[in-house]
Amino acid sequence: MSNLPADLKYTKSHEWVRTLPDGTVEIGITDHAQHELGDLVFVEVPDAGRVVKADEPCAVVESVKAASDVYAPIAGEITAGNPKLAAEPEAVNADPYGEGWLMRLRPAPGALDAAALLSPAQYQQVLDAEVH
Amino acid sequence: MAFIPHTEADVAAMLAAIGVARIEDLFDEIPPELRVGLLAGVPEALNEMEIGRLMSERARADGIALSFLGAGAYEHHIPAAVWAITTRGEFYSAYTPYQAEASQGTLQLTYEYQTMIARLTGMEVANASLYDGASATAEAALMAVRANRKSKSARILVPTTLHPHYRRVAVATASNQGLRFEELPYGPQEGVITTAALVPYDAEDITALVIQQPNFFGRLEEVDALTDWAHARGILVIAVVNPTALALLKPPGEWGTRGADIAVGEGQPLGVPLSSGGPYFGFMTTRMEHVRQMPGRIVGRTLDAAGKEGFTLTLQAREQHIRRAKATSNICTNQGLLMTAATVYLSLMGPQGLTRTAAAAHARTRELIAALTRVPGVRLAFPGPYFHEAVLQLDRAVAPVLKALAARGILGGLDLSAYYPELGNALLVCATETKTSADIDRYRGALSETLQGVRAA
Repeated sequence: MSNLPADLKYTKSHEWVRTLPDGTVEIGITDHAQHELGDLVFVEVPDAGRVVKADEPCAVVESVKAASDVYAPIAGEITAGNPKLAAEPEAVNADPYGEGWLMRLRPAPGALDAAALLSPAQYQQVLDAEVH
Repeated sequence: MAFIPHTEADVAAMLAAIGVARIEDLFDEIPPELRVGLLAGVPEALNEMEIGRLMSERARADGIALSFLGAGAYEHHIPAAVWAITTRGEFYSAYTPYQAEASQGTLQLTYEYQTMIARLTGMEVANASLYDGASATAEAALMAVRANRKSKSARILVPTTLHPHYRRVAVATASNQGLRFEELPYGPQEGVITTAALVPYDAEDITALVIQQPNFFGRLEEVDALTDWAHARGILVIAVVNPTALALLKPPGEWGTRGADIAVGEGQPLGVPLSSGGPYFGFMTTRMEHVRQMPGRIVGRTLDAAGKEGFTLTLQAREQHIRRAKATSNICTNQGLLMTAATVYLSLMGPQGLTRTAAAAHARTRELIAALTRVPGVRLAFPGPYFHEAVLQLDRAVAPVLKALAARGILGGLDLSAYYPELGNALLVCATETKTSADIDRYRGALSETLQGVRAA
């Protein structure tokens, strides 16, 4: 069983989504994703103000063995990229659901409802299906 | 390494293993209309003896001309040791090896190359080389679009003082990826970019400005002012530089207040013979803050598990074998053998040797220009500082003059009329350290006699 906080939503492409009190959402990659990538050496996050579509690549996480895109789970406008990750990409490995958040986004009207987000149990099924 | 071709039995066994009858069937997914088939116009193959004879005849027909051609490729003296060392079996490869870390000597040499190029350009990091100067310039434009995250326009300002072929290669390589190349005119009196040309772009969203130094006319651009103008507007600066000239000129890393962001160029002057236009190699450097946007291979120095120094490919996650379609480039082949020659050349020359070469080339060009502009009907097109090339203006069409000179064994320079029709009868000439005073006198005499013989316009 992976580390999957119950208060978060997930995507098939291994992002997590946390709804914040002000109606914006915080986005990161799951514990499973950071584990698969290995030690991160570089993280590129989007600038505030960028408008993204759902499933648009908007961040890059790079480990010693791979570089992967992170997709916007929800359409909207970026309100912040995590500034800490430029100097400390390893925060994503150490604390993927906390200090290692990648970006915050204000969902476009209706986008949150339209997004195909998964519950922890549904995401666990995705992970189970990946194990061969 | 042994060269062992597959036998017919090997091929049959491999085809049987994958259930394919003929090698041809491996390509059956390519639609017939896309296949070239026979190459019309390509003659039957020649055997080794026949091709040797053909090439000797062609070489005899060309003769050994006295060349004053530059325009992007430069004749320099290459010490014999350069290619004696470069063609040793240990170095004789066009690529970084596929099992790279097993070839520590090759990686160390590449690392030394990167260090030399970074120091020559005054930049922080160099890659292991690119295809040539033109494609390095195109790659620099693509890189600038990735690196300049404040600019959304993907507009690249390209002065017409940049080599015309480089401009065409940049457009061919990058325009389908959404880049827009906008041409900046040069000052017709000066032959350099003037501040007046920049005024229309003062408040525009521009991603990068390309500056060639020395420019295509051989003239020196006001690199400090141009760089500062660009940086004040959030525009990245791509320097396109001649590596020999860097021994005398301010390196791009020191242009203006902050230095250029990316510096590229043609590496051919560093120990690579002219040989009909190639193979040459391109070099590329940048600042550390942009290193993840730089295409190509990069060798790093590290320590192994036992604490011993070693060399390894680094930052590979940007590259096509890992990032696939999203790699920083998919045409960033490096020119390992030419890069090896450049490393040996720079090692032999040292900073002093390169400075003396550059100073000699400059002095010879001054001597050439002084001699040729004494010929009636010849004048210097653009007064002002130049390095080892300059544009001459003739009082009649250039092509027949060059033809008459060629008949006397002299390549008199490049006719600019096709590239810069507005310049009229313009001729780009070059002299390097390979030319003697006697050579220059021979050219002057031949030009003088030719102009008396060729009818004035």
